[in-house]
Amino acid sequence: MKQTLVALVENKPGVLNRVASLFRRRNFNIDSLTVGRTESPEVSRMTIVVDADAEKVQKQLYKLVNVIQVEDVTDTPNVSRDLALIKVQVNNETRGQVTQLCDIFRAHIVDAGPDTVIVEVTGNEDKITSMTELLRPIGILEMVRTGVVTMTRGDAVLAPPEFYFATNGNRSNGFRQNVL
Amino acid sequence: MKLTGAEIILECLIREGVEVMFGYPGGAILPTYDAMTKYPQLRHVLVRHEQGAAHMADGYARATGKVGVAIATSGPGATNLVTGIATAMMDSSPIVCITGQVPTPAIGSDAFQETDVTGVTLPVTKHNYLVYDVEDLAYTIKEAFHIARTGRPGPVLVDVPKDVQNAVTEFEYPEDEIILPGYRPPQAAEEEQVRVALELIESAERPVILAGHGVIMSGASRELLQFAEMTQTPIALTLLGKGGVPEHHPLSLGMMGMHGTGQANLAIQNADLLLAFGMRFDDRVTGNLKTYAPNARKIHIDIDSSEIHKNVRADVPIVGDLKTVLNQLLPRMKRIEHKAWMAQIRDWMEDADERDIVNQNVSNRLLAAHVIHDMWTATNGDAIIVTDVGQHQMWEAQYYPHERPHTLLTSGGLGTMGFGMPAAIGAAMGLKQPNVWAIVGDGGFQMTITELGTAAQERVPINIAIINNGYLGMVRQWQEFFYEERYNATPMFNPDFVKLAEAYSIPARRVTTRDEVIAAVEWANSITDGPVLIDFVVEKHDIVYPMVPAGADLHNMIRRPMPSPDGI
Ligand SMILES: Cc1ncc(C[n+]2csc(CCOP(=O)(O)OP(=O)(O)O)c2C)c(N)n1
Repeated sequence: MKQTLVALVENKPGVLNRVASLFRRRNFNIDSLTVGRTESPEVSRMTIVVDADAEKVQKQLYKLVNVIQVEDVTDTPNVSRDLALIKVQVNNETRGQVTQLCDIFRAHIVDAGPDTVIVEVTGNEDKITSMTELLRPIGILEMVRTGVVTMTRGDAVLAPPEFYFATNGNRSNGFRQNVL
Repeated sequence: MKLTGAEIILECLIREGVEVMFGYPGGAILPTYDAMTKYPQLRHVLVRHEQGAAHMADGYARATGKVGVAIATSGPGATNLVTGIATAMMDSSPIVCITGQVPTPAIGSDAFQETDVTGVTLPVTKHNYLVYDVEDLAYTIKEAFHIARTGRPGPVLVDVPKDVQNAVTEFEYPEDEIILPGYRPPQAAEEEQVRVALELIESAERPVILAGHGVIMSGASRELLQFAEMTQTPIALTLLGKGGVPEHHPLSLGMMGMHGTGQANLAIQNADLLLAFGMRFDDRVTGNLKTYAPNARKIHIDIDSSEIHKNVRADVPIVGDLKTVLNQLLPRMKRIEHKAWMAQIRDWMEDADERDIVNQNVSNRLLAAHVIHDMWTATNGDAIIVTDVGQHQMWEAQYYPHERPHTLLTSGGLGTMGFGMPAAIGAAMGLKQPNVWAIVGDGGFQMTITELGTAAQERVPINIAIINNGYLGMVRQWQEFFYEERYNATPMFNPDFVKLAEAYSIPARRVTTRDEVIAAVEWANSITDGPVLIDFVVEKHDIVYPMVPAGADLHNMIRRPMPSPDGI
């Protein structure tokens, strides 16, 4: 069963490598892994979808010194979003079909050429999968997905602990812009 | 005070209480080697191969409980450390490795002697650093020591580019406490778990304690004994747990697992409660997991939460420092007896005694078990023993009972041949005692034999006992049992070890009969101003009994056959 974990990690060189290396050597199957910034420049946030025992994954992640917090959000009500850009081959007949599908899926055509359009669709995984299935017979030329990002609903907050900002002073702390 | 990066490294080492470091120079670490001339209080030991440096740091750490330090240059120097780092990782031994790296502008250019050392060592270190900026150096070294020694200890590597070693900055030692947002080693157990554990302990009829390396690392020997005595619970030891409790204690069952004692393995298989204290249910101690201790509930105490439920599902998982947790349990425990269970265990012990080779009179051959037993006699059971890996390691574990923690140092998790002699050098230098013995096989000894040079140069008073059977004995044993005696690639041509030692000006003797053993050991004990070597030429085709074949049920041991009139 797929499990979704959200991890806060230090934004330092090599942290993504540490996480990826851990998954490989412990034989955890990654379904998707996304990394991005948070409101703090020193903390990055990962959304990890795995096909493995979430508890084991969580404990192993905690062994990494740069991993600050890990939460298993699989069973917590959450908002999960994946974004796809899909380049579709179109002609005068099919252009209309694509536009229609975009209406149904609340997707957008973000680029249009004489023979192709790029569709941008955002949503949970299922929605994107259905959309691609319907576009496939029309002619998908190229596709990219960002992978899932997740946030739990309600008042619970997963944010970097405050003390972390206070203690860093003038250290560069190995911190480089865009190092991840 | 303005200092170079190199000087900052050494200043930080001194503040960590480092007295000795094991290393080997080279281009990328030269600034640090040059700076050493200003810090004579830091002793540097020149090894012959960087693997030796890592094992020495490891041996030093295991013997003293302090952090060991190894230093190497970039590229090949650093990669030579890897086996030693992996060894320390598997056995949770705290070492800090400092490696030189090519200058920061050259990183990534395949510069001369450039290797991505933090990349290479990532899976075999507890943590590692590549320091880009001299401003980060001091607190990085401090963090490295902190991470190495706290929680579940382990190796930490700090890779320092040459320009960072040369850069000058105002040095101010970071005195404040280290706060790492993602690193908070656990201490005490949760109240609920303590309560459930106490209930299970009180209701158990056939409990067994499984004492691992954690007992020694956490310094919990006294608490463990108190626990065992109060509840009359027998104690089985892992290989690395040996020394955690006095092995002559009536509740000690000896070692468990693949070459464990009959009584330890049978007790585990028949138990109704396993108390796993600072151990991790390695496959070498459990055998077949499907049939492992089938009727036992399990209380698992470990400082590393990822060990819990990893191999064996725990009924009561407790994450914490063993000593702290035992001190939470002890005041609330009642005295309990397990008379029937202890009687059963005594029966198993008697059966084992009857089969024991030490109780059999073999006069015509020198058996390794006898050598080790006699060594135990001649050292009053009080030596610090460092072993290599193989049959001799198992015989040591079976025939040299240890009474105190930190007296058996051996590569358990990784089973690294070549560990023994260098680790003994590290141990002897840390303890400053002449009663450190390296018990090594003729195969493993030759993997790091080059460190004889280090022992001789530094006049380290180690005693080297080669258990020389002319074979890669443990592999030969597997070939005999499981590969129809096809002894492929296990017979070994060996040099004359006595002459070889003498070439290093190391006093040496050869022993071929049992009556010479005690005298030779006493002779070695009398030499305390440098290394000494004894070549024990033993029976070639001996077998370590009992043996649980890999993956077999723990109770299905291949036992030593009952004695025949002529011994084995
Ligand atoms: C570096 C390394 N290579 C290979 C092995 C596999 N191995 C385990 S025991 C053993 C034989 C050891 O022979 P020896 O050192 O002569 O000791 P003995 O078993 O004869 O006591 C071998 C090859 C190992 N443990 N470590």
